[in-house]
Amino acid sequence: MLLIPCPWCGPRAQIEFTYGGDATLRRPAPDAPEAVWVDYVYMRDNPAGPHDELWLHSAGCRRWVRVRRDTRTHDILAGTPAGGATAGAAT
Amino acid sequence: MTQPHRMPAGGSIDRARTLAFEYDGVRYEGHAGDTLASALLANGVHLVGRSFKYHRPRGIVGAGIDEPNALVQLARGARTEPNVRATTQELYDGLVAASQNCWPSVRFDVGAINNAMSRFIPSGFYYKTFMWPSSPRWWLRYERVIRRAAGTGRAAGEPDPDRYEHQYAHCDVLVIGAGPAGLAAARAAAHAGARVVLCDENPIVGGSLVGVATTIDGATAADWIAAVGRDLAAHPDVTVLPRTTAFGYYDGNLVGLVERVADHLAAPPAHTPRQRLWKVRASAVVLAAGAHERAIAYANNDLPGTLLAGAARTYVDRYGVRTGSSAVVFTNNDSAYATALALHGAGATIETIIDVRPESALTGALPRAAGAAGLPIVAGAAIAGAHGGRRVSGVDVVPLAGGPVRRVDCDLVCVSGGWNPAVHLFSQARGKLRYDEALATFVPEDSPLPIFPAGGVNGRFDLAAALADGHAAGLAAAARAGCGSGAPLAPPEAAPVAAGALLPVWGIPRRHKSDKRFVDLQEDVTAEDVALAAREGYTSVEHLKRYTTLGMGPDQGKTSNVVGLALLAEATGRSLPEVGTTTFRPPYTPVTLGAFPGEAAGAHVEPTRYTAMHDWHVEHGARFVNAGLWKRPHSYPRPGESPDDAANREAKNVRANVGVVDVSTLGKLELQGADVAEFLNRVYINRWDTLAVGRCRYGVMLRDDGMVMDDGTTSRLAPSHYLMTTTTVNAAKVMQHLERLLQIDWPDLDVHVTSVTEQWAAAALSGPNARRVLAKLVDIDVSNDALPFLALGQCELRGAARSVPARVFRMSYSGELAYEIHVPADRGRAMWEAVLAAGAELGIMPYGTEAMSTLRIEKGHVVIGPEADGRTTADDLGMGKLVNAAKWCVGKPLLSREALTAPERWQLVGLTAQDGAASVARIPRAAKLVADPERAPPNPMLGHVTSWCWSPHLDAWIALALLAGGRERHGETLWAVSPLANAKVRVKVGPPCFIDPDGERLRA
Repeated sequence: MLLIPCPWCGPRAQIEFTYGGDATLRRPAPDAPEAVWVDYVYMRDNPAGPHDELWLHSAGCRRWVRVRRDTRTHDILAGTPAGGATAGAAT
Repeated sequence: MTQPHRMPAGGSIDRARTLAFEYDGVRYEGHAGDTLASALLANGVHLVGRSFKYHRPRGIVGAGIDEPNALVQLARGARTEPNVRATTQELYDGLVAASQNCWPSVRFDVGAINNAMSRFIPSGFYYKTFMWPSSPRWWLRYERVIRRAAGTGRAAGEPDPDRYEHQYAHCDVLVIGAGPAGLAAARAAAHAGARVVLCDENPIVGGSLVGVATTIDGATAADWIAAVGRDLAAHPDVTVLPRTTAFGYYDGNLVGLVERVADHLAAPPAHTPRQRLWKVRASAVVLAAGAHERAIAYANNDLPGTLLAGAARTYVDRYGVRTGSSAVVFTNNDSAYATALALHGAGATIETIIDVRPESALTGALPRAAGAAGLPIVAGAAIAGAHGGRRVSGVDVVPLAGGPVRRVDCDLVCVSGGWNPAVHLFSQARGKLRYDEALATFVPEDSPLPIFPAGGVNGRFDLAAALADGHAAGLAAAARAGCGSGAPLAPPEAAPVAAGALLPVWGIPRRHKSDKRFVDLQEDVTAEDVALAAREGYTSVEHLKRYTTLGMGPDQGKTSNVVGLALLAEATGRSLPEVGTTTFRPPYTPVTLGAFPGEAAGAHVEPTRYTAMHDWHVEHGARFVNAGLWKRPHSYPRPGESPDDAANREAKNVRANVGVVDVSTLGKLELQGADVAEFLNRVYINRWDTLAVGRCRYGVMLRDDGMVMDDGTTSRLAPSHYLMTTTTVNAAKVMQHLERLLQIDWPDLDVHVTSVTEQWAAAALSGPNARRVLAKLVDIDVSNDALPFLALGQCELRGAARSVPARVFRMSYSGELAYEIHVPADRGRAMWEAVLAAGAELGIMPYGTEAMSTLRIEKGHVVIGPEADGRTTADDLGMGKLVNAAKWCVGKPLLSREALTAPERWQLVGLTAQDGAASVARIPRAAKLVADPERAPPNPMLGHVTSWCWSPHLDAWIALALLAGGRERHGETLWAVSPLANAKVRVKVGPPCFIDPDGERLRA
């Protein structure tokens, strides 16, 4: 079970979190072409190595956390606030 | 005569406490501190089971978790447990156990015919035999027979009466194994200031030191163990867990331990779990799990009375049991000489020590000691085969250089083929293994994770080396965990014992074609099976394992794997490191399934949610259904009334009069902030910036792919204060969706979302007489002008003993004049009873989810799940007009894709059953729609029924359905068919709304 460093709550067990997918995606502009939206909704990279992904601390502070995880080893490299919040990074 | 093989002194058993037990119907006695195996051996019982495939007689081979043969059925009623290792099951008074895999008895077993037939059961037998005929129906027939034949033990067949617990723990250093290396590591880490957890599978610490006459730091082994125990107990941050096995190494340095809290007792004491599953997060782990001995494959090496040499020594040292009177020791290394000396000291006759190594190699301290003690040693020789029936009676000794075979009579054979470090958890921790030529086995090399192997796991089998290694590992682990402030501590010291080199010998050539040389005793895999697999091309270790089942038994090949790999290497002309090992996976030893769910069993699998009115529902005979985690009333049957009849009565009463339903379970989210209207505009398909304070609106939200995600109403309580409702089961999902948008995508929006589902109780008052009831209930004007459709009022309930603030929303799910009344949850029951009291003179009835569902199907309201099933757009559900053209919302960009606008999309329609009485024209469950039910398959499916009910209002079976191009097919007649239920009914297609399509009732 992963140990995920929540920037608000400290290291917490994986069962407190809900997975939210790729954190590097950026929501396209409302008027972006359909093809851009199709990419955003359906197309995902499957990188081998460090990968930024979103985890919701659903059984904790309810904040979305950006977690850098090595997909080859499950090593958790960092946990930072997702979006614009400004808590300190926990590693 | 009891316990004839028990020595008068020695071991860690308590001879003053005698325990009675029963094995295979015979009563025996043992002592406190015994395992079932040691007690049986004390009574001279070696034969404990029949082998898995050939039903050969088998005896106790080991003294620990690696035991391949002595798997027994522990019989204690609902607590009966199969495949219990007799070598680890602690003896308790009254224990009853029986052998497995034999019928009618272990001494005479009908299945032994397989042994004579073994020529016809080669490796890969199942694959070769049951491939034909290829129809799966034949496999089902075979399987039934195979399963019975392959049966080991039997499960209880009754619910498990015991409790299991989970315990989370965090520490700096977890030390696995409390033998000499583990104790030294725990002591060093504790003195360095680390928080330490030390676990060991045995009931007492000490490991291989228990009962051994040796000296550490000038004290006897027993005194040293006791001193370290006192030392650890003096450290408040050290936890010692006996009877606890570390079974798996998981992500994030989480190690799973299972503590057998009460397995050494007949039944757990009151308020005590049977087992406790520990989830330990350790900054660093010291793996001091020791090593497992391996055997040598020679003919009939499976006869009862054949033990691993180390096990025979353990029975002497730890349990004071002499496993035989006249012993032969067969070895390729020095360690077995310690067994010979121990047995000699215990009074057994050592007939001969057979060593495959030449005389010149026997230079170690132990062979010298054996020679000095006058024990006969035959160097450069091997056992070519053993004799005996249900017990070994002698061996044939053959000089490896050639020469005459000599028979030696004996009743005990102790074998050592070397030792395999217990690297399992190291390997699970992504550790790489290295082949050690000198030890002829795999030892840890390195791991990217903070796991520190020590002692036997590192191949340090000598006591002095193991102590030093454990001490160093403990310090290294503590340092890795950031500790290390303690005063320097001298490592424990013992005198090193010089050992000669091991000579790798894996199998002794067979003399007769019928000879069986077992590699894996548990799975009945022989050296010939390995050779056959290699000949047939199964030369990869993973293939060999699956083809022969080598190492696939409950013991996972602890004594056999390396021997099998070595034989495969020999057969394919490769080296052992070239062959490699199979993957080590958790669990290290079998874990009782009950330990994994722990307390989360039965009613505790998940939480149950009750509304504030739940007790009232119970008191008034409600029948409940589950909605997510919630319990909701299905209906309120009166005496003699069926639940369905009750629901029909309740639904009718709503249409004609007035009813009330508990809707507290709806998800309720409060949204506050300056930008809520903009936010709602972005998440709902319809417009929200035009919603006035005091008004409500129905909204539909989409996923990013354009499909309907959820629906509900949102009300504006104050200029920047809104209340959103969601469907009962989607509340958490919607909350998560909104939080994600706000936190990640639009952090600039000033919106705060809070779930208030549990803070508010809610009831929906519905029916033509609803206003008359409400007027008596609240202190505000509820006339159609003052509180029109989709308006809300904030008020107090009249006549309540204490203030009940309420929010009244005029909205309708049933299609009738209706109001939702929300009050703080602790006033829920008071409100509910006030509603019923106010409506009593009008004949108000509570109604449940079944009537609610009937009413909404009649009205054509969709539900998230059946109708909005994740593949439907708002337009499919007839709500395309709600999508506001002037603004953007989540999901809108992809709505214009060709396939989402195609005219043949499945669209929502209503169905009315034709032809005859209600009982005949019932619309079957989950029916599909076809044009012609008699057409030969494949019969094109035009759509499917999503919700169906008996409509008491229309006096007919009706349904909602998704139908290809449905909006253009109103008036057509189709068939709703269910091949599963073998049912069909003719249905007429129409609009989904069956009553009051213009909404006059709800605006009345």
